[in-house]
Amino acid sequence: MPDGPLLQISAVDAFYGDFQALFGVSLNVGAGQVVAVIGANGAGKSTLLKCIAGLMHPSRGEILFGNSATTNTPAFEALKRGIALVPEGRRLFPSLTVEENLLIGGQSRHAGPWTLARVYELFPVLAERRTLPAPALSGGQQQMAAIGRALMGNPRLLLCDEISLGLAPIVVRDIYSRLPQIVGEGLSLIIVEQDIVQALRAANHVYCLQEGRVALHGAARDLTREKISAAYFGI
Amino acid sequence: MTVEHATRSSRIGVALVALAAIGLALAPYWGDRQTLRLLAEMFTFIALASLWNLLAGYAGLVSVGQQAFVGLGGYVLFALAMLLDVNPILAIFIAGPVGALIAAPVALLIFRLRGAYFAIGTWVVAEVFRLLASQISVLGGGSGISLPASVVLAMAPSRQMREFEMYWLALLLTIVILATIFALLRSRHGLALTAIRDNELAAQSSGIGVWGIKFAVYILTAFGTSMIGAFIFLQKLRISPDTAFSVNDWTAFVIFITVIGGIGRIEGPIVGTIIFFALRQSFAGLGSLYLLMMGAVAIVVMLWAPKGLWGVIVERLGWQVLPLQRHLMLEKDTRGKS
Amino acid sequence: MQWLNVILQGVLIGGLYAMFAAGLSLIFGVMRLVNIAHGDLIVLAAYVSLMATQAFGVDPLTSLLLVVPVMALIGYALQRGLLNYTLGDDLLPPLLVTFGLSIIIQNGLLELFTADSRKLQAGAIEIQTFQLAQNLWIGALPLIQFVVAVAVIAGLQLLFYRTALGRALRATSDDQAVAQLMGLDTRHVFAIAMALSLAVIAIAGVFLAVRANFDPAIGPARLIFAFEAVIIGGLGSMWGTLAGGIILGVSQAIGAQIDPGWQLLAGHIVFLTILAVRPQGLFPKVSG
Repeated sequence: MPDGPLLQISAVDAFYGDFQALFGVSLNVGAGQVVAVIGANGAGKSTLLKCIAGLMHPSRGEILFGNSATTNTPAFEALKRGIALVPEGRRLFPSLTVEENLLIGGQSRHAGPWTLARVYELFPVLAERRTLPAPALSGGQQQMAAIGRALMGNPRLLLCDEISLGLAPIVVRDIYSRLPQIVGEGLSLIIVEQDIVQALRAANHVYCLQEGRVALHGAARDLTREKISAAYFGI
Repeated sequence: MTVEHATRSSRIGVALVALAAIGLALAPYWGDRQTLRLLAEMFTFIALASLWNLLAGYAGLVSVGQQAFVGLGGYVLFALAMLLDVNPILAIFIAGPVGALIAAPVALLIFRLRGAYFAIGTWVVAEVFRLLASQISVLGGGSGISLPASVVLAMAPSRQMREFEMYWLALLLTIVILATIFALLRSRHGLALTAIRDNELAAQSSGIGVWGIKFAVYILTAFGTSMIGAFIFLQKLRISPDTAFSVNDWTAFVIFITVIGGIGRIEGPIVGTIIFFALRQSFAGLGSLYLLMMGAVAIVVMLWAPKGLWGVIVERLGWQVLPLQRHLMLEKDTRGKS
Repeated sequence: MQWLNVILQGVLIGGLYAMFAAGLSLIFGVMRLVNIAHGDLIVLAAYVSLMATQAFGVDPLTSLLLVVPVMALIGYALQRGLLNYTLGDDLLPPLLVTFGLSIIIQNGLLELFTADSRKLQAGAIEIQTFQLAQNLWIGALPLIQFVVAVAVIAGLQLLFYRTALGRALRATSDDQAVAQLMGLDTRHVFAIAMALSLAVIAIAGVFLAVRANFDPAIGPARLIFAFEAVIIGGLGSMWGTLAGGIILGVSQAIGAQIDPGWQLLAGHIVFLTILAVRPQGLFPKVSG
C-alpha cells in the first residue's frame, strides 16, 4: 500500500456560517484500518465526514487522500477518488427501488470486488426486496441498502455516519457483524458512532471528539472506560 | 424598552419626501403639459410597482397577472361613465371596491396553486378577463371603444383644468396608495408580512395566519391596481381588450422596475421607476429592443444584486428614506441596533 | 356525427398540448423549476425550423433532424450558463429570470423576424385525410402529431424508469447532495434534463409551425395550454398530462363549435373548474 496513511487530516477548521464546528482537527486512517470517531451530539463527527466527502469544505487545514489533496474537491468527485459516504439517516432515494438505489451507487463504474450480486450476498434480505420502493423497507434494511449503495462504488475508504441511529440493538449487532466482510477486502473504514460499545469492538483506532476538538485518540485496546468517558463528556 | 422606527437618515428622508410631495403638488404651476403627462405616467408606474412589490416582495405572491385588474379597472370606468352616466372621477373610486370584490373569488381559486404555478394561474385569470372583455359588445368587443367627448367635457370646463385635474388625481392616488402600503407595513400586520417575506415556514409556526394575510394583501392590491387601471384608461380615453390586459405594458415593465429598483423594500419601486423613465428618455423609439434590454438588465440584477439598486444602497450606506425598520431602544438612552 | 368529429379533432390537438406540457412537467419534476419562457421556446423552435427549411430547402419534418439537436444544445447551455444559478430555496429568482427570458425571446424574435404571421408547409401530407366512418374524417397530419405525442410521452416514461440516465434524473431530483456522493455532477444532470425538455419542445414547435400560423407573440398562450394540461391531468404523471392535454383540446373544440369566440374561454373554464373542485388534478401521482 502507498507510503503514509491513506487519509491524512491536518488541523482542519470548519464553519457553518459563523458557527465553528471543528477546531484544528487532525486524524489519520491507514490502509485497511477501521477508525471509530465517537462523541456526543454536536461534537462535530458528521461535519468531519462531510469535509472528507466534499459536501463541506474546511476553511483551514488540509485533507490528503492517497497522495493528493482533496481539501476542496467537490462532492461529486469524491467517489472518483475512492471515497464513499453512507449518510446519516440513510437517505436512500425515495423515487428509486432498492435495486435502483444499489445500481446508482455503482453508476460510476469503478473496478472492484463489489457487484450487485455480492451486495445481495452480503445482505440477502435486500435481494428479497429488490423491486420495492426504498421507503418500504424497515430502518435496518434501509441501513443495509445504504451501505450496499456505497459499496457499489468500490471505494477505498468507506465513511459510515451513525449507522446505528434509530435501530434496535439486535439489528445494529446484525449489521456490525457483517463489517469484517467489508473490511476484509482491503477497504478502510471510518465509523462515526454514538454507540460506543459497537464502535470500540469494530475499530482498530478510536478518536473522540468533544465540541469540535479531538479530545482523545489511541488504539482501541489501549483506551479504558474512564479515559473515554472523560474525553466524551469533557470532564 | 421601546420600539422606534426612525433613524437619522430616515428623518432626513421623510423631510425630503414631504418637500418633494409639496413640490410635485405645485407642478401645474411650474411644469408644462408634457412634464405633467410624464409625471402622471411615472406616478401610475410607481403605484403599480409598489402594489406588485407588496404582493410579491412582502407576501411572497408572485403574480404575472396583475394586468387583470388594470384592465378590469379600465372597463369598470368605461362601463360606469358610458352606460350609467357616472362622473368619471367618481368611477375611479368605484373601480377600487369592484376590483376587490372580484379579487375575492379569484383568490380562492388560484390560492390552490403554489409558487410558479400560482404565477401562471394569475396569468390565466388575466387571459380569461381579456377574453370575457372581447365578448362585451356594448364596450367595443374585440376592437375596443373610445370615451365619448361628452364624458370628457363633463370632467372640467377647460382643457387646462382637465389636465390639472388628471395630474392631481394621479398624484393623489399614488400618495394614498403609498401611504396605505406604508401604514400597513408599519402596523403589526406589516411585521407579520415582513416575517412571511423572510421565512414563511417560521412565520407560520409562530402562529401568524399566513393564508389570511396573503388573502387580504391580494384583495388590497387588487383594489389599488383597479383604481390605477381606471385612471390610466381615463387618461388614454380609449380601451380595448389587448391594451387593457397587456402583459408587456402592465406586468413586464412593472416587474422589471421593481426588480431593478429593489424587491421587498418600499423605496425600491420608486427608485426603479425613476431609472426606467430616465433610460426610456435616452432610448426612446427603440420599441421592442428597449423591452429586451430591460429584461436582460432585470436578469442580471436578479442574479448578482437580488436586492436591487436600493438594496445595494441600503447595504453600503445604511440609508433608509422611509422609517420602517424597527429598532429596539434599551433603557438609559443607549441606542439599539442601527 | 358532427359532435363526434369535433371531439376527435379535440383529442388530436390534445396530443399536441400534451407535448407542450411534457417538457414543462419534466423540468418541474426534476428540479422544481417552472420555466415561464417555455412557450416562447416552442415558438423559437418554430422559427429555427423556419430558418432550416429556408436555408436547406427541406420540409419541416426533415428539419427536425437539425432543430432537435440545436434546441437541445440551447437547453443545455441555458441551464448550465444561467438557470442553474437560480435554483435554490427562494422562488423569486427562477420565476423572474425565466420571465425576463420570456420577454427577451419574444422581443428578440420580433426584431429578427417582425410580427408577420408565418406558417410552414409540410406538403401533400397537410391535406391528406382518412375516412374512418361516414362523415367522420381524420387528417393525416393531426393523426401523425398525436401518434408522435404519445410516442414522445411513452419514450420519456421509458427513459425515466428504465435507463441509467432516468435513474440519475430521479435520484438528483430526490436528493441533490446524496446524488453527488454517487458521482453525479448535478449541474450536468440538470442541464441534461433541460436539453431533454428542449428536445421535446423542438418537436412540439415544428408541429405547431406546420399546423397553424405563428408569430413571436404566441408563446405565452402555449405556456398557458401546457400549464393547464399539467394541472388538469395532475402533477407528477406523464400519462396524466396526456389526459389533461386531451381534455383541454376537447373542451376547446366543443367551445369553438358553440361559438368561435369561445374556443379559448371554454378551455380556461374547464381548467378553473378542475382547479376549484379537484385541485390535485384528475390523475395525480402519489408522491414517491
